[in-house]
Amino acid sequence: MTKYNLPVGPQHPALKEPASFWFKVEGEVIVDVDIRLGYNHRGIEKACESRNYIQCLYLLERICGICSHAHTTAFAQGVEEILGLEIPARAKYIRVIIAELERIHSHLLWLGVAGHEIGFDTLFMYAWRDRETVLDILELISGNRVNYAMNTIGGVRRDIDQAKREQILGMLDPLAERVKFYTDLVTSEPTCLARLENVAPVPADKAVALGTVGPTARASGIKVDVRRDDPYAAYAEIPFEVITSERGDLLGRAIVRLGEIGESVKIIKYALQNLPEGPLTVKAPRKVAAGEAVSRVEAPRGEDIHYVRADGSDHPERVKVRAPTLANLFAVGESMKGAYVADIPIVIASIDPCFSCTDRMIELVQSRTGTSSVMTWEELREYGIRWYGHGHRS
Amino acid sequence: MSRVGRIFPELIRCLFSPPATVDFPKSEVPVPPDYRGKPVLIQEKCTGCGLCARDCPAAAIEMVEVGAKRPKPAFDYARCAFCAQCAESCRSDAIEITAEHHLAAYDKEGLRWVPRYEGTKEKPAES
Repeated sequence: MTKYNLPVGPQHPALKEPASFWFKVEGEVIVDVDIRLGYNHRGIEKACESRNYIQCLYLLERICGICSHAHTTAFAQGVEEILGLEIPARAKYIRVIIAELERIHSHLLWLGVAGHEIGFDTLFMYAWRDRETVLDILELISGNRVNYAMNTIGGVRRDIDQAKREQILGMLDPLAERVKFYTDLVTSEPTCLARLENVAPVPADKAVALGTVGPTARASGIKVDVRRDDPYAAYAEIPFEVITSERGDLLGRAIVRLGEIGESVKIIKYALQNLPEGPLTVKAPRKVAAGEAVSRVEAPRGEDIHYVRADGSDHPERVKVRAPTLANLFAVGESMKGAYVADIPIVIASIDPCFSCTDRMIELVQSRTGTSSVMTWEELREYGIRWYGHGHRS
Repeated sequence: MSRVGRIFPELIRCLFSPPATVDFPKSEVPVPPDYRGKPVLIQEKCTGCGLCARDCPAAAIEMVEVGAKRPKPAFDYARCAFCAQCAESCRSDAIEITAEHHLAAYDKEGLRWVPRYEGTKEKPAES
């Protein structure tokens, strides 16, 4: 059978790590995947070296609009470690509350995107409508829907008072009800099952070998979670469960993410009810003495690592960021082998790389004759939906 | 475990519920009390120390000579990231974060604000 090269990408402006995928396809089956990284390099790490620590926080927050709190938490923790600062207990709890709200909003966003990619746009609309609840809570606490700017070196910038606490607790229960409904829906609706069940599975051994993190790893049965393995902020004091699934396929990733929303609601409730009294910040010096630190945070998509090196001035000497999508991309590439062209959008979207609003150009190049045809991302998505609609693999 | 039509009751319920969106600009979603909108300078309190300009992550604040003893901050709202760090860095509470968020302007100059020096009647230095 004729082999085709199917390039997807490289421009994915919504992604933290824009990637180009080159699929080698035989008919409908993907036989090989080549992932190329390094496009859309913004130079944020280098830019940090010419800004002071306060300015770096806001710059790093803009690495990603969805995991913004995870990035600032990781950076602030690193700097606090170099300074030898212990932040107040109240600040730790508020960091946890914001982080878990961010996880809920990220996972609901993912659910909507996944629904859209498989042609279930009703799910997309409903999930995003309910996601507004979380964004409203975040706006209530921080004054912003995204880029909450809650962290500062030595604590958090804003308090959650009693009135806000009651208001948030009242908003969480209806949200938890909705998430239960979505869990039931995704695991029973035939549309979801046809597109998610047993598609591109990553077995546990492969998930470890390829270094997956976060929900992608947990969906393959690997019980790995920075919040439990290396507790930061107030996670050591808050009881919660690490949700895993043995499935390894796309349905497993959906189950894990939806289960994590339920856990996040529990964590937020516990943290709000047990919010310790006290100050929000400890005074941090502007100049940081020479030293280095590695800081890990469980972002919604997985483990986020920041490395900070200080040289005694008021700006860092070096900042290095390893965002979770980088760790997950390769397992996804590997799991695609044997999958169908129609599965490409949902398999790439399954690791949550913010693919939603991008309209990509896809060029089909026939390797023997050199002829090519061009498809947009939207056309590929519709092709996938049509292909399944005609009863393939039913 | 596959069940057809699991979403139908939800669909029917949504047919009879009001839309989730509002008809902007006729009506709009109210902002919370602590909303981070346009930062505004309270000139009487400003000492001209420049701490706001030093910490602004977007370089939206520039210290300009207005004829006062020390330069005063001028805001470029086209650059502003609305992080409210300027208000936090200010030691004399001279920057207030307002709920103002309708900031559209016809040109870039419309988004720039330069303080006037209250001591004289001369126009502020435009740059």
